[in-house]
Amino acid sequence: MADNEEKLARLNQAFADFVPHNRALEMRFISYGDGEAVMIVPYRPHLVGNPETGVLHGGVISSLLDATSGAAVYMKTRTPVPIATLDLRIDYLKPASPGRDVIARAHCYKLTRNVAFVRAAAYHDDEADPIAASAGTFMIATKGAAAFAVKEGA
Amino acid sequence: MSGLVELFTRAKASGDHAAITAAIPYARWLGITTENLGGELVCVMRYQDMLVGNPSVPALHGGTMAALLETAAVFQVLWEMETVTLPKTITLTVDYLRSARPVDTYARAVITKSGRRVANVRAEAWQESRERPMVSANLHFLVLPTE
Repeated sequence: MADNEEKLARLNQAFADFVPHNRALEMRFISYGDGEAVMIVPYRPHLVGNPETGVLHGGVISSLLDATSGAAVYMKTRTPVPIATLDLRIDYLKPASPGRDVIARAHCYKLTRNVAFVRAAAYHDDEADPIAASAGTFMIATKGAAAFAVKEGA
Repeated sequence: MSGLVELFTRAKASGDHAAITAAIPYARWLGITTENLGGELVCVMRYQDMLVGNPSVPALHGGTMAALLETAAVFQVLWEMETVTLPKTITLTVDYLRSARPVDTYARAVITKSGRRVANVRAEAWQESRERPMVSANLHFLVLPTE
């Protein structure tokens, strides 16, 4: 368990250090697995899309789903290979509840030499009652370095 | 009439396009405004360091591109259609064509179909050249009639 927490801390550190926008959104890993990543973005007033209802902007959900999906690809490749989002399709199932943090779980269910396929969902605390669902594809080994450094075996 | 409806009604009546994105906290935080670019209203997202998603390229975060395109689409619906209620996004599909450099980014949306309940909107983002968009998106919105 201490091992797990150490790895999570390392992932978070690398993630925050390497990705300015994830840091700006205060995004954190809460768990990970084989081809899987779970991340959270805390509710903040400046992330609101509708000032009357206090509901988060869809862009925050997009950023969270994109980042978590990318992280799931790294959890599948196991090495910090550069990747780039090719496309991302998001279904907005219901508005996020005002004042509540949003969690996303992403699963990279297929990895080929060039392309990774990822499904993800965003929710508050019940995965069975999602706010949004997404399907994304990522190109593997694109130009440049990995968006953030995942240590071998992390 | 709600404050936001009133604000959008007034903005449209007076041609104050900047008031629309300024009313949305997240758009303000990302630095998105509207500008009249050669007689056409476009959304601009001014470069800031916190928009970066991959500092080693460097490239802007894909999520910020999705947010810009969604904002441009929402703006277009409010500006062009007979509605002053924020439309609800049903689906968003984003295609990433090339990486976004750390400079100002422009976006423009076109309403491809406006039905009784649903609007289909296409949006594109570009930097140096409009002929080379980095990101394009297709959105479906639930558009509520104004009461």
